[in-house]
Amino acid sequence: MKNHVFRYLLLPTALVGSLSLLALKTENKVVADPDNAGLKLPAGFGALKVAETGARTRHITVTPQGTLYVKLNRPNKEGKGILVLRETTGGKAEVINGFGSYGGTGIYSVPGFLYASSDEDVFRYKLNAKGEVTNPTQPEKIITGLINRRQHEGKSIAQDKAGNIYVNIGAYSNSCQVKDRQKGSLGKPNCPVLDSAGGIWQFQADKLNQTYGDGTRYATGLRNVVGLDWNAQANQLFVMQHGRDQLHDNFPELYDTKQSAELPAECMYALKKGDNAGWPYVYYDNIRHKKMMAPEYGGDGKKEATGNFLEPAAAYPAHTAPNALLFYTGTMFPEKYRNGAFIAFHGSWNRAPEPQKGYYVAFQPFKDGKPSGEWEVFADNFAGSPEKATAGRPDHKPCGLAQGPDGSLYVTDDKQGTIYRIVYAKK
Amino acid sequence: MKQILFVVYALAWFSQLAAAQQKTPPKVKPTTKTAAKLVAVSAATLTAGKAVYTQNCLTCHMADGGGVERMNPPLNGTTWVLGDKTRLVKVVLNGLEGEDIDGESYASVMPAFDALTDKQIADVLTYVRNSFGNKATAVAPAEVKAIRAANKK
Ligand code: HEC
Repeated sequence: MKNHVFRYLLLPTALVGSLSLLALKTENKVVADPDNAGLKLPAGFGALKVAETGARTRHITVTPQGTLYVKLNRPNKEGKGILVLRETTGGKAEVINGFGSYGGTGIYSVPGFLYASSDEDVFRYKLNAKGEVTNPTQPEKIITGLINRRQHEGKSIAQDKAGNIYVNIGAYSNSCQVKDRQKGSLGKPNCPVLDSAGGIWQFQADKLNQTYGDGTRYATGLRNVVGLDWNAQANQLFVMQHGRDQLHDNFPELYDTKQSAELPAECMYALKKGDNAGWPYVYYDNIRHKKMMAPEYGGDGKKEATGNFLEPAAAYPAHTAPNALLFYTGTMFPEKYRNGAFIAFHGSWNRAPEPQKGYYVAFQPFKDGKPSGEWEVFADNFAGSPEKATAGRPDHKPCGLAQGPDGSLYVTDDKQGTIYRIVYAKK
Repeated sequence: MKQILFVVYALAWFSQLAAAQQKTPPKVKPTTKTAAKLVAVSAATLTAGKAVYTQNCLTCHMADGGGVERMNPPLNGTTWVLGDKTRLVKVVLNGLEGEDIDGESYASVMPAFDALTDKQIADVLTYVRNSFGNKATAVAPAEVKAIRAANKK
């Protein structure tokens, strides 16, 4: 939005109208909240609360016109599963309407189309030149019949530059035990979950009614991926896995509560077709920096994994639940952020009795399409206070990320439905 | 005579109204509350119950019993915790999956805890029914024993 205004200002022909344009510009200037919306940010950044939706806002996308589309976990009181927000003043926005009667997680837009997922299907809507959905009640069903067993059920979605769509189908299990999450229960041989879940499936973005038989199991051995994004530099799909939990609860003689809190890492993977990240047979130990054999499948906390499993591209603290991944391509933020990854960590619940952790947006620097250097916490204190974070009782839980046309970073919170916008105040 | 009858009716109506107002939260069967006054819960039971809770339940239902949004239900004030004891004991014996809890669905599973003894289950449920703001009758080991015997699936 702002960029357009600048560009017009540079055109001499537009100078005549510059007065009114200037007025427009000041009106649309993004103003950070005095307290930066309660967030702790690096120097030079500011944040504002764009809107309070009161809904379980999961993933989010912004059109080039600045319209926000937000996927709700459950339809709201009006029965709408997708919210439409239009920019008002000062960088804020208001809900103007909603559509889609289904809950879910995934949403993204490309020029001309908006894609959104329920926990079983993926739908496509048409976007007009103003970024408006023209067929809100009659979307095309692109993918259907994906497994939903009310566990890791969110069907997060992303698209490459060649017309393929990638869908997470999460494993309906913690570690493929004979009895899920039961103390001492061992893993099912040849884990059957992997036939229809526990991986990323690839489909065509423009073909109707595709189901398992029409798609490809692009990568397997991924327990649950909520955050994923296409990296244009590497021309590769990157995903964030939610690692398994309850190592101590289920195998107390092998893991103490501290190890259970710190293992395994939440991993970022750079995927190629046919990759296997190893779930449920393997987990990644971020203290030893090794792939380990899972206790359900013969592991004892010390045995390294054998087999041809993918090495993580990067690793993050256990159980912090990466719910969104976004490669930043904007120019608003300083150079170091360009083509790097923002990751929204929803925050943990399964680290007790150790303090809970997460509830922040992290930044992972990238170079030439690969993670390069240490990750850092970028936007902190969604929890409201360190005490609320350690108790696992945060005020807000970051869940979705999107880049605005001006390079702002939008963050959703699925606890209270707050939508944040983070901006860089140049100079 | 008529007047006396009226007074009796009026009294009955008033006491009903008062009883209805006492029901907090309204979902809970009134019997739990009235009965709770009759049964004292010993400190030893609560201590033992807390230990079982910390060992087996805390990970998912959290230290404050508040659960985790959309994942694990809270244990404070639910109809399952405060209501029918047979149903409650069976949740622990058999685990639970795919059930809505007071109108909310949860995207995780509760494993079975049939390996716990009758006393451990009685203690932990008594603790849960008298913690996190809950107030309800104790669960006795004999009750768990009977429910377990009838539970053979
Ligand atoms: C692995 C996580 C986990 C553990 C450990 C666990 N629960 Fe649960 N519990 C759940 C989930 C998930 C549900 C809801 C299942 C559903 O919706 O079908 C639940 C449901 C319940 C319910 C009924 C619903 C409610 O909230 O009132 C009770 C009571 C309960 N659990 C008590 C316990 C007790 C007591 C223990 C320890 C002995 C325990 N749970 C251990 C996850 C767990």
